[in-house]
Amino acid sequence: MRKDKPCILRVEDVTMQFGGVVAVNNFSMEEYEGEIVAIIGPNGAGKTTAFNVITGVYAPTNGRVTFDGRKVIENFPRGKMKKGYLGENAGKYTDHLEPTPDKLTALGMARTFQNIRLWKSMTVFENVLIAKHMKRTSNLFSATFGGNRAEEKRQRDEADALIETVGLSDVRDEPATSLPYGKQRRLEIARALATDPKLLLLDEPAAGMNPQETVELTRFIGEIRDQFHVSILLIEHHMDLVMDISDRIYVLDFGSMIAHGTPVEIQANEKVIDAYLGVTDDA
Amino acid sequence: MGKTILPYIISGISVGGQYALIAIGYTMVYGILRLINFAHGDVFMVAGLMMVYMAAAMPLYIAIPLMIVLTVLLGFLIERVAYRPLRTAPRMSVMISAIGVSYLIQNLALYITGGLNKNYPSIPWISDRVHVLGLETSRVTIITPFLTLLLVVLLVLLINHTKIGMAMRAVSLNFETSQLMGIRINNVISATFIIGTFLAAVGSMLFFTNYPGVVPTSGAMPGLKAFVAAVFGGIGSIPGAVIGAFIIGVAESLIKGLDTILIVNGTITEQIGFATFSDAFTFVLLIIVLVFKPTGLFGEKTTDKV
Amino acid sequence: MKQNEKKVSWISFLLVLAFLGLVFWLDQIIKPTNKMYMLMTVLQKGSVYALAAVSMNLLNGYTGLFSLGHAGFMLIGAYTYAIFTIPSSARDTVYQYFDAAIRISFPELLSNSMGSAGTVLGVAIAVIFAGLAAAFFGYLIGLPVLRLKSDYLAIATLGFAEIIRAVFQWQKLGPITNGSNLLKNFMRTSLFKLKVGDTKLVFSTFVPVLIATLSIIVIVKLVNSTYGRAFKAIRDDEVAAEAMGINLAKHKMISFTVSSFFAGVSGAMMAMVLSIAQASNFKAAMTYEILLMVVLGGIGSTSGSVIGSFLFVAASEWWLRGLDSGKFLGIEAPGIFRNGFRLVVFSVIIMIVVLFFRKGIMGEREISDLFREKKKAKGAAR
Repeated sequence: MRKDKPCILRVEDVTMQFGGVVAVNNFSMEEYEGEIVAIIGPNGAGKTTAFNVITGVYAPTNGRVTFDGRKVIENFPRGKMKKGYLGENAGKYTDHLEPTPDKLTALGMARTFQNIRLWKSMTVFENVLIAKHMKRTSNLFSATFGGNRAEEKRQRDEADALIETVGLSDVRDEPATSLPYGKQRRLEIARALATDPKLLLLDEPAAGMNPQETVELTRFIGEIRDQFHVSILLIEHHMDLVMDISDRIYVLDFGSMIAHGTPVEIQANEKVIDAYLGVTDDA
Repeated sequence: MGKTILPYIISGISVGGQYALIAIGYTMVYGILRLINFAHGDVFMVAGLMMVYMAAAMPLYIAIPLMIVLTVLLGFLIERVAYRPLRTAPRMSVMISAIGVSYLIQNLALYITGGLNKNYPSIPWISDRVHVLGLETSRVTIITPFLTLLLVVLLVLLINHTKIGMAMRAVSLNFETSQLMGIRINNVISATFIIGTFLAAVGSMLFFTNYPGVVPTSGAMPGLKAFVAAVFGGIGSIPGAVIGAFIIGVAESLIKGLDTILIVNGTITEQIGFATFSDAFTFVLLIIVLVFKPTGLFGEKTTDKV
Repeated sequence: MKQNEKKVSWISFLLVLAFLGLVFWLDQIIKPTNKMYMLMTVLQKGSVYALAAVSMNLLNGYTGLFSLGHAGFMLIGAYTYAIFTIPSSARDTVYQYFDAAIRISFPELLSNSMGSAGTVLGVAIAVIFAGLAAAFFGYLIGLPVLRLKSDYLAIATLGFAEIIRAVFQWQKLGPITNGSNLLKNFMRTSLFKLKVGDTKLVFSTFVPVLIATLSIIVIVKLVNSTYGRAFKAIRDDEVAAEAMGINLAKHKMISFTVSSFFAGVSGAMMAMVLSIAQASNFKAAMTYEILLMVVLGGIGSTSGSVIGSFLFVAASEWWLRGLDSGKFLGIEAPGIFRNGFRLVVFSVIIMIVVLFFRKGIMGEREISDLFREKKKAKGAAR
């Protein structure tokens, strides 16, 4: 625990209901600066939904998300949901804040996707460079007529430096989708880092990787945290990876949190073992 | 007042029925392929042209069935040649192919007719003038809505109670899963095009009987309007398309006559020229629907997955 | 690497300059009575369509927004240009049935004080005005429709183009738009002549070619800028683009408005080339034709769009003429080669491209890439 550090992400009472189905039920968590926190749970436990709420893809039905000391998302059961709401804490929140994902990225959250979403017509370099677009100060006219040469050069250099750091220099000008799977993951992380995030959210970074690649990825995630001074929140199935690098773990089952604690605590938790039916590594 | 409006409403219902028959083709194809079949309106025009040429060469009792068969064949071939090869291509490519087919058909029609207006043959009985509610009109105006409803009922029965109908519903619900479940997708799609063009062929008879003639661009506007009707009713829904078509038909007809109606009524004293907007109104309606209720009156909601 | 880039842009610059010089020269030597004047017609119309296609490609090819409203924006551009360049002497003949409401002609106004330089400036202002008017309507239309996805966006933009056409034909707006009657007698290409000393210089083809060239250069610069890269990111994967901090609504709007601006400019060019502007010409069919030019050249390639447009215009106006007039490639068959056959052959060719050569002529490549590829191949061989 690094509770001496400021809180980077606080999720309070988040409930996500689709029609009559409660996908995430009253989920709360917090993450402190510099931590690596994992959300785990069996298939269909609501991990990805929770992730999508935090990154602004879905507006929660109820609850609040505070990022870097700032309230960024808040909602309460409204409209049709007012009557049909099945969750708790219905009267607790009164504000309606529903930013699009790009607003959250601008504040310092960046994510990767479970089913890698690279820009497929572009090279490795371009994929990283475009993520720098958000940081531009040029407007449409200066950018078109070359009034932003210095900025353009700086962004290109930064992108190159980043590619160097993550070890993709040898494939810099290759089409992004021609890379082997492991490198595509690495590129997606590099692209997210290009937005200079404070919090990096990784959606099943080891999905589809072989053990060798997973080991490399584990080391890579650790390096990133130290080198870029980011906090990391990840969803993962690979228990090896999670237990290896996480400072703390939250366990979801059927949309509700059933446990949280350090890897050691989680490994010993009866409820967690039950939820996984003794399967601790379903890779 | 009522006397002024009534003819517009009656002709509106009739036009609505004709749009409905075209709209079903759009809505069924969209429901299954997620494709706006831009060529559908042109197939409708071709049905009209074929009738013009065949009625001159043979008796009507042969010409009409033959025209319907040939139109259906055309619809079937368009799907085989222009859409099937692009089944795995991005949606934009298929839409472009549809626009290309529409361009080809119109140019072909232009070449064959020399761009001249071709007079539509008068079909006995349905072209006759009749008196209804104190108005004189052609019989086709009166029978169109009834015939449309009859055909729609038959179609709904087909979709709900036959094997091919069940397959169609399954495919429109989920293309990939249906394929995995052993439904022969290509047969279902062909059947959809056959039904759609059949109705368009029938619709063309009703439509052109009331108009002076057929030109190569005759199909474009009715086609677009029928598509709007399909969107308005909720694309993929047959009752939706039919109701949408009737609403558009009546509204369009009323707008055409709005100047006259308002002058008789005493609201205005000179022509305002509302008739200019009889076509544009359809699109205003389309945009309002798309912006406020993109799924239309009866459409189902879909969500994107991340 | 960097050196190479610079070289490519220098070569491109010199080529463009040489091309403009060539057109200027042709303008002086080929008179309308010349047999080769067909070439000038193709250059004029070709540049109109090239700009229209390139601006559509910015939207459909680079940003992935399938819009079919181009004819509407071109109409706005054509009318704006025409209305603001009708000289006062011709105004009453043009607005036969109405009392003209707009009584300004930029070229006339400026030529009073500045002579022929004023005429040139006036035309330029009218063209920019045409673009701005189209961009303004593009912005307004973009507000509701850009939230729509793929085919719904296509049909909504198509609908707006139809609405624009109806509005411009409305008799009540006659004092401005001349109702359903056409606009004529404004500044057209046949009037683009200057007397310098004793020599009379002709700019009839040079002006449209120049406007198209400058506009296309701006679009290319935009596409290669950080904004252009963001557009491509949206096209490739909207969800990822948004997650990387690209504001979708804003960038789609930029692309849509810029595309409308240049569609308006190409509309103005169309008016000056055809010497008339009439709303009923700007039908959905025009949008389809432009789309097919884009497809012919390769969706997502600017040089492709330019090549596609010129091929389209040259083939339909010139090379395939014989198909319409009885004799083609030496074969005489007046029964088959009669009016309209050219367009049939042409649409068959287009269908073949759409079905079997889906990438078009250029795919997503540019002409400048061809230089680069050669360099690369050479380097590899070494």
